[in-house]
Amino acid sequence: MLESLFLKFLPSLDPMTSAMVMLLGMPLLGFVIQIFIGKRLFRGGDWVSVGTIFVSFALSVLLFIDLLSSGPQFQWTTSWTWIDLPHFQLTMGILVDPVTILMLLVITTVSFLVFLYSIGYMHEDPRYSRYFAYLSFFSFSMIGLVLADNLFALYIFWELVGLASYLLISFWFEKPEAAEAGKKAFIVTRIGDVGMFIGILIIFFETNGLLHFDSIFSYVAKGQFGGEFLGISLLTLAGICIFLGAVGKSAQFPLHIWLPDAMEGPTPVSALIHAATMVAAGVYLVTRMFPFFTPEARTVIAYTGSFTAIFAATMALTHNDIKKVLAYSTISQLGIMMMGLGVGAYVAGFFHLVTHAAFKACLFLCAGSVIHALHTQDMREMGGIRKKMPITFTTMGVATLALSGIPFFSGFVSKDLILGESLSFAMENPSHFLIPLFGFLSTGLTAFYMFRLIFMTFYGEPRDSKKFDHAHESPWVMTLPLIILSLCSLAIFFTGSPLGLGELSLWGEKSQWVKYLLEPPSSSEHPTSAHLYALILSLTMAGCGILFAYLIYYKQTLSSEKIAEKFKCIYKTLTHLYWIDELYEWAVIHNLLRLNTLLAHFDNRVIDQVLVDGWAPITISTSTNSGDFDNRAIDQMLVDGTGKVVRASGKEVRKIQTGKIQQYLLVGLGAVCGILILLTLV
Amino acid sequence: MMFAVDLRHYLVLSAILFVLGIIGILSRKNSVGILMGIELVMNSAGINFVAFSKYVAADLSGQIFALFIFVIAASEVVIALAIILRIYQNKTTVDIEDIKDLKC
Amino acid sequence: MTYLGFIREHLLTWIVFLPVVGMAVVLFLPKEKAGLIRWTSAFFTLLSFLASLELCWAFDRSEAGLQFVEKMAWIPTFNIHYYVGCDGLSITMILLTTLLSFLCIFASWSIKEGVKGYFLMFLLLEAGMLGVFVSLDFFLFYVFWELMLLPMYFLIGIWGGPKKEYAAIKFFLYTLFGSVLMLVVMLAFYFYSEPHTFDLLELARPQILKIKDLNIFGIALTIVEFRRVLFILLFIGFAIKVPIFPFHTWLPLAHVEAPTPVSVILAGVLLKMGAYGLLRISFPILPQETYWFSYALALLGLVNIIYGAFCAMAQITLPQDRGGNDWKKLIAYSSINHMGYVLLGMAVFTTEGINGAVFQMFNHGLTTAMLFLLVGVVYDRVHHRKLDGFGGLGVQVPIYTGLVALASFASLGLPGLSSFISEALVFLGSFKVYPSITILATLGIVINAAFFLWALQKIFLGPLNAQYKNLAEVNFRELFTLVPLSVLILFFGVYPMPVLNLMKATLDRLLTLLQAA
Repeated sequence: MLESLFLKFLPSLDPMTSAMVMLLGMPLLGFVIQIFIGKRLFRGGDWVSVGTIFVSFALSVLLFIDLLSSGPQFQWTTSWTWIDLPHFQLTMGILVDPVTILMLLVITTVSFLVFLYSIGYMHEDPRYSRYFAYLSFFSFSMIGLVLADNLFALYIFWELVGLASYLLISFWFEKPEAAEAGKKAFIVTRIGDVGMFIGILIIFFETNGLLHFDSIFSYVAKGQFGGEFLGISLLTLAGICIFLGAVGKSAQFPLHIWLPDAMEGPTPVSALIHAATMVAAGVYLVTRMFPFFTPEARTVIAYTGSFTAIFAATMALTHNDIKKVLAYSTISQLGIMMMGLGVGAYVAGFFHLVTHAAFKACLFLCAGSVIHALHTQDMREMGGIRKKMPITFTTMGVATLALSGIPFFSGFVSKDLILGESLSFAMENPSHFLIPLFGFLSTGLTAFYMFRLIFMTFYGEPRDSKKFDHAHESPWVMTLPLIILSLCSLAIFFTGSPLGLGELSLWGEKSQWVKYLLEPPSSSEHPTSAHLYALILSLTMAGCGILFAYLIYYKQTLSSEKIAEKFKCIYKTLTHLYWIDELYEWAVIHNLLRLNTLLAHFDNRVIDQVLVDGWAPITISTSTNSGDFDNRAIDQMLVDGTGKVVRASGKEVRKIQTGKIQQYLLVGLGAVCGILILLTLV
Repeated sequence: MMFAVDLRHYLVLSAILFVLGIIGILSRKNSVGILMGIELVMNSAGINFVAFSKYVAADLSGQIFALFIFVIAASEVVIALAIILRIYQNKTTVDIEDIKDLKC
Repeated sequence: MTYLGFIREHLLTWIVFLPVVGMAVVLFLPKEKAGLIRWTSAFFTLLSFLASLELCWAFDRSEAGLQFVEKMAWIPTFNIHYYVGCDGLSITMILLTTLLSFLCIFASWSIKEGVKGYFLMFLLLEAGMLGVFVSLDFFLFYVFWELMLLPMYFLIGIWGGPKKEYAAIKFFLYTLFGSVLMLVVMLAFYFYSEPHTFDLLELARPQILKIKDLNIFGIALTIVEFRRVLFILLFIGFAIKVPIFPFHTWLPLAHVEAPTPVSVILAGVLLKMGAYGLLRISFPILPQETYWFSYALALLGLVNIIYGAFCAMAQITLPQDRGGNDWKKLIAYSSINHMGYVLLGMAVFTTEGINGAVFQMFNHGLTTAMLFLLVGVVYDRVHHRKLDGFGGLGVQVPIYTGLVALASFASLGLPGLSSFISEALVFLGSFKVYPSITILATLGIVINAAFFLWALQKIFLGPLNAQYKNLAEVNFRELFTLVPLSVLILFFGVYPMPVLNLMKATLDRLLTLLQAA
């Protein structure tokens, strides 16, 4: 369908290439127009960005329909030489396969809806068109990231999404916190990126210059990827290095610290970048490189993921900032995805990425709608707005149910798959029992803090009446995306059956389209009885979580203060987020700055001084009086020293220079006579 | 006995002239006197050239050098006298002790 | 047509001496007519730039050897020739020099005193720099090398900042010290070659340079040792110019004190001369010694990378009275960091590495020049460069902010901008040979990002400092100097092949030579 469309309108070009270039190029076009002339356009040019992203969205949908008809075997790739040196080539290319297309669909859909939503949310902002320019730039980079057919190209777009994220987090840069958060996000993710870059270097080195995904995999499959370093195989090491990139981007422990701060950015940005797409890029990377990871590397991934899941969930428990709760929830869910991929649940992990994108974007946009209405992010100042904002309330409720993993909703389907896989993984390898344990615990915690959020925000009495009176439902450009996204959070959308278990699907196997389109690279998926246990367990956990939230925050039969009092130590740890930021501040930043100062001193003093003292000993003696060392170093450089020597000797020698020619002549004559006498004598 | 003039006599003459010239240069305070001393020194060199040309090398190069020396001496005197005249006009003295404006 | 033919035949001479012609013209202009002097200088640098574009156009990209060669006897007694030519290595540098000189003329508009002298010196400086890049005779190279010092001394010493005299004399003597070492090596090359020659191509041929054992100051040196000593002397001579740790202390000082256009030339062109000299003279003439020294070179590269980055960062953390808090100094130290990548790339003898290194030289010329120009823009308006003294300028001057952000991101190696490609090439090349050094060097990327973003945050983000409520946006003339650089940075970041094509044949041949050693 897509191909015939392009053949019809652009018959002279290769239809698929032009389609892909257009898909990628449209947001870039939007960016270029917006950044240069956006301000002068009608309505700040928002229609340019929305229009361009809509074209990309439409193309992705067409591509998806094509994919559904041609089946999971679909793959299309093209590449061209980018850097061509003797004995060295780098190529750029496009790879389109089911994973790419699903990602494209997620990215363009959420982008389009967020763009639409932003029209309402940002309409008062003085830098309105700049905002859309950055958003377009982000969409461009993100689409490029998933289209890349080799690691190097992926790395390029990987950094570009980081840039877009930096620009958007610090969009309101007049606020010092926003500026700080943007910088923190860029630098922390860059630490991960350096790891990833080292991984790329190792792969490039070991495979003699292969960076194309397929060629790396076939190289690895042939067992040619040898080498060891400190007893760890280079393959595992490279895998872990690549995973480091994902750790940074997907905010996994220990590089998770930037994501909560990133909530300083505008809320639609949080929905698009820091919930649905960019942070999921790490998961995408692991999915893409899945065959590359050795079992050891996968174990590392699984542990990182599961630990992050529980760790972030606990931090979400006590937060009162509505966006930060959602941010920690995102970290936790990304951990769940990583855990799934780590235990080998390739389909399930990616599936959760897709479902999560929809309901988490919806949650953020709902939160944005609430913030827009109440002008606060603090949940303690909210409450009781259920009646005033019915659409927001309903859609947020749906998304919350999806996130908590309740049947009939999408999160249930994908999360249950992951948990089942992790359980069966642990049943096979009992020593790794912690992985599913963390997973299940985090499910319970997720349900708890999400319902806490709902109860605190929408139920009860309004805690700030002035803000409450001001509140109103958002305009249609904001609520429409909410409705669409909440519809996408229903299980039926992904499985064709209302309950979401998939056995009673409406259109055969294709109705479970995510599962249908993704083929596990190895036969790692094993439907076992573990799934049933997992189902029961996770539902129980979620139920408990909701019950506690209900009791504490709705019925208030249990007082949250009393609980906090009772477990004061734990509560304090949680509110301080395990002191991770403080730890980094103390251990890394503090010491780094000390090293900085030290080196700067070394430069100012030792190097300059060595030169000075070593080369100008004459001037050194006069400098001892000087208390200021820098001045000493400056004034007594070798340079000045030599100058003084020359000047002093010149002063003495000058005395001979009387200017009386007769004297000179006399001396000359005397010298000649002397030489003559000497010559005659000798 | 016939008094034969040979190379030695010329050399002695030129040496006497040279020494007189040098003494003039070194001892005189009057710039014109110094100039005259310089002329003497140059002429002594000229005599040497001519003498060597006649007695040692049997060609004319020595005479030609002497000619050059005349010319140079003449032009030098012209310039030097011109300078001295100017100095006299400005300072009403030609004593070199008093002319030391360029000395630092 | 015949005129054009004449110009084509002596293209390099024209490129080098057009600024000298301009100098002669400026000499006869009355010194009150500042505008006329400026535009005349601009005209002649433009001519030189156009000539270098013509050079680029006519340049045969598949030819590894020298092109546009001109050779004339100069001092036949000592076998010294006026011998110029260009290959893939020098053409990028020539382009960079003529482009930056042309743009810097426009950045020099803010020079108000001694306009005539300034432009005379500037044109002489351009001629000297270009001469270094085209010379194929060591003696001629040396003459141009020294020729360039003189105007630089005056440019810093007369039109510089508060500590200009000190900076100028330090720069001059430091570089002169390096030149002396170079002179020693030059003479050694001359007297040990059979027949005696200064011809760099002849010297690079095996069997020409017949180094013998040497007994000097009671130290007996074998041939091998003597050659190594020569290499080290020459290396120090060039290392001062690069600059390589620990010969770098002149750089922050000179950069900070020099007026903006001179900082641009210093960072954009002069630093490249050291690396260029290594590639042009040390590497081909003493290949075995280069190989022997390569590990040390890579280590020095690493030190430059890490050390330069930390010292740049210290500009943010240290207060002013301890030598910090200066935006220009931050960029100067980041130059040390960037030249580290060049060294690392040169040290590994791989295609990626050496191409990356030379490309990095080119890119550093673009990005750092742009950064210095940008600092100059704000310095002209507010007359200070204290990082703490700004704040929130992003609201007031959005275009300026965008340009600084672009240059900073280019400098910290963001993909899509040219430096990324050269840095990535260097890393891809060096990892094969020295994996541990490369891994440590990648840390430089993080620190780079940290200090550039931090500086951006301090200057442009946060609430607007009320002092700068009336700060003017970049004007047309400034944009004229900045936009070409930004376009090039962006273009070569997306499609680097035009530059790489120019140099790859030559570098491949150099590499073959080195790998044989």
